[in-house]
Amino acid sequence: MYKIAKANLPALFRLIAENQELYLPVNTADQVNFAAWTEDAQVDLDKLKTVKSPKDVFFPQSENLYSCVKDGKKISIEPEALKEQNFVVFGMKACDIRGVEVLDKVFLAEPVDSFYKARRDHGTIVAMACHEPEESCFCKVFGIDCADPAADVAAWMIGDELFWKPITEKGEALTKLAESLLENADEAKVEAEKTAIRSIVEQLPYSDLSLEGWNGDVLMDKFNSPVWEELYKPCLACGTCTFVCPTCQCYDIKDYDTGHGIQRYRCWDSCMYSDFTMMAHGNNRTSQMQRFRQRFMHKLVYFPANNGGMYSCVGCGRCVEKCPASLNIVKVVKAFQKQGGSNS
Amino acid sequence: MQELISRIKALLADKTVDRVLGWKAGDMPYNPEPAYFETEEDLKDFVYDGFCGANLSKYMIEASKLEGKTLVCLKPCDTYSFNQLIKEHRVDREKAYIIGVGCKGKLDIDKIKAQGIKGIKSISGAEIDGAADTLKIDTMYGEKTCSYADAMLERCHVCKGKEHMIYDEIIGESKDTADGNRFDEVAKIEAMSPEEKFAFFQKELSKCIRCNACRNVCPACSCRKCVFDSNKFDSAQKANVVSFEEKMFHIIRAFHVAGRCTDCGECSRVCPQGIPLHLFNRKFIKDINAFYGDYQAGADVDAKAPLTNFTFDDIEPGERG
Amino acid sequence: MSIKENEEFRPKIVAFCCNWCSYAGADLAGSSRLGYPADVKIIRVPCSCRVNPMFILRAFEKGADGVIICGCHPGDCHYSTGNYYARRRMTLLFSLLDYVGVEKGRTRVEWVSAAEGVKFSATMNEFVEKIRSLGKNVRLEDLRCRN
Repeated sequence: MYKIAKANLPALFRLIAENQELYLPVNTADQVNFAAWTEDAQVDLDKLKTVKSPKDVFFPQSENLYSCVKDGKKISIEPEALKEQNFVVFGMKACDIRGVEVLDKVFLAEPVDSFYKARRDHGTIVAMACHEPEESCFCKVFGIDCADPAADVAAWMIGDELFWKPITEKGEALTKLAESLLENADEAKVEAEKTAIRSIVEQLPYSDLSLEGWNGDVLMDKFNSPVWEELYKPCLACGTCTFVCPTCQCYDIKDYDTGHGIQRYRCWDSCMYSDFTMMAHGNNRTSQMQRFRQRFMHKLVYFPANNGGMYSCVGCGRCVEKCPASLNIVKVVKAFQKQGGSNS
Repeated sequence: MQELISRIKALLADKTVDRVLGWKAGDMPYNPEPAYFETEEDLKDFVYDGFCGANLSKYMIEASKLEGKTLVCLKPCDTYSFNQLIKEHRVDREKAYIIGVGCKGKLDIDKIKAQGIKGIKSISGAEIDGAADTLKIDTMYGEKTCSYADAMLERCHVCKGKEHMIYDEIIGESKDTADGNRFDEVAKIEAMSPEEKFAFFQKELSKCIRCNACRNVCPACSCRKCVFDSNKFDSAQKANVVSFEEKMFHIIRAFHVAGRCTDCGECSRVCPQGIPLHLFNRKFIKDINAFYGDYQAGADVDAKAPLTNFTFDDIEPGERG
Repeated sequence: MSIKENEEFRPKIVAFCCNWCSYAGADLAGSSRLGYPADVKIIRVPCSCRVNPMFILRAFEKGADGVIICGCHPGDCHYSTGNYYARRRMTLLFSLLDYVGVEKGRTRVEWVSAAEGVKFSATMNEFVEKIRSLGKNVRLEDLRCRN
């Protein structure tokens, strides 16, 4: 266990960023999101939740796959280069880390997504414990311990000091790099912080949410439930929940005509959109109710059915905070509970 | 609120209306959701308080397609949107029973949280009857307070007034909460140099995540299929790439609602990244007022909209304008 | 000074010309041997009010440095009133573009009749000069379209 004074963090960031990219929560125009560190970036480590999850660091909202360049009658195709430089993500929370594990299940399974894999291979994650969890958090429901996040390095911000514990080889390497700024510390303060965080988590209003009855076996019961018909009504069909979510992984592939060639890129897609999975024959989900149902069925039924019971919701609560119509996954689960379980 | 609920119950009971469009209490003190109520039993979850900011006019587009009459609760500013939708033949006046509900300013939970208040357990003072000047907020990290005015939505600081533009009956009192001029911010930007203007909008729009919440919540954006959703259109409605797409989207969206936007402020309220989207719409409103005479969309159903109208001696575009 | 720096800036200019007046005006300018810079690319539209704001943004996206719209004089529209509507739309759009930082000089509307070859040529020369002084447009350009 090491520690570093909060006042020394800019020096730490400068040191890390010397020969690799460093992503961390940065305040731009009053909103905190993960962004690359620069000398004038307004780093904000106190904000519990960034608006967007840090998934873009590994799976950017838009990224080029290849470009076709036209030169007279010759057309050349150039694939986009894979990430080759190492980088560090600082300040991911336990829920965000589980989010990346969910993405791993999707993108690292055969066929492996080479763009994603390259980023995962080159990224080192410094996770931070959640100092003061908020009312919209429900990570406990998914068995996540936000007091003791597990990544390459785990960190705790306690008062004016950041405690630092390397966990993996990548973490050890980063610790070695930052050696000159870190000093040895004992674990007592960290243990006390963990206890404090866990006791707050116990009191959170959503911590006792029960997911009983949500698993891969209840597919048709849940799918055919009349509850959806009631639930979806306030939904505006925007993509806010999807785009702030740390686990939503659907994307669309499009071509952009640059005037002198084509750039094929992929961008996040949202199951809330009317053109989601649109094919030549049309669309297989024609109503907003079906699209709304898709999102929650995927997170709580289809994904666990295919991934050994792992839910693809991590309880970060971003959708709870950001939905323009105040709908969210917690309300969905509660509505089903109220209707008396899985068969209604 | 009791008066409102008993009136609604009476209207449901005597079959004047078939359903009610209002707000349902959420599982937090600040997250009520728009909802339909069809029976007296359903109404036990009905709520109307300071957090009911959502403009229900937009939902009336769908409700107009349903059988029978829908009772809808509209705040003074929402009635402008409803009028505008009538003018555009998107809602059916005959199918709506409008209760104009009183409004003393609506609250923005993000403004409360921006004051460092977190772990909220309960909020008192946001009730519609006897709303307090100060909100008392019980959090997991102790008791906090916040002044009601500081927690109000941006749009309430430039309130259009306490009059309902259209209604069948009014229940509750309203208050004009304006304490600023709605064109001040626009004028401030107009006074900037082109470099500063660009830097300002670039910074704000770079946050856009292309979620389309602003479009989908907007009562003026009532097209069945948006041009940005067309697959024949070579710009994507969901990609944020090298900063052009979001600029295109926001400029075109603002233009498409120019002269029809009632300045209800829903776009800015719902933006997950807190982009002040009303600045685009208000620029158009300010220009329309300056060039073609004062016009408030939704105030008068019979007034001719500025962009479907002209005079022979209109101002010339561009530099000479 | 390198050769590249010495090179004169050649702006890309898109001119939307109405079929009935301005396009004929351009034709007259040509047949009268009146010159205007080759930097101006003309796109013929049925009426100035056919110009959708999206066309203008699209032109800037693809690298245009200035956009000019030419139509019949107010009162002379082939469809009676098209240019009156165009006038209002463009007034508002250009004002908004100025508001987001695209200088007013980069956008322009000019009324050119079929008989005004001289005016067409003079307008284009003037506009190109103006854009040259403003330099390259980088504010509404899509970087993917760069060579």
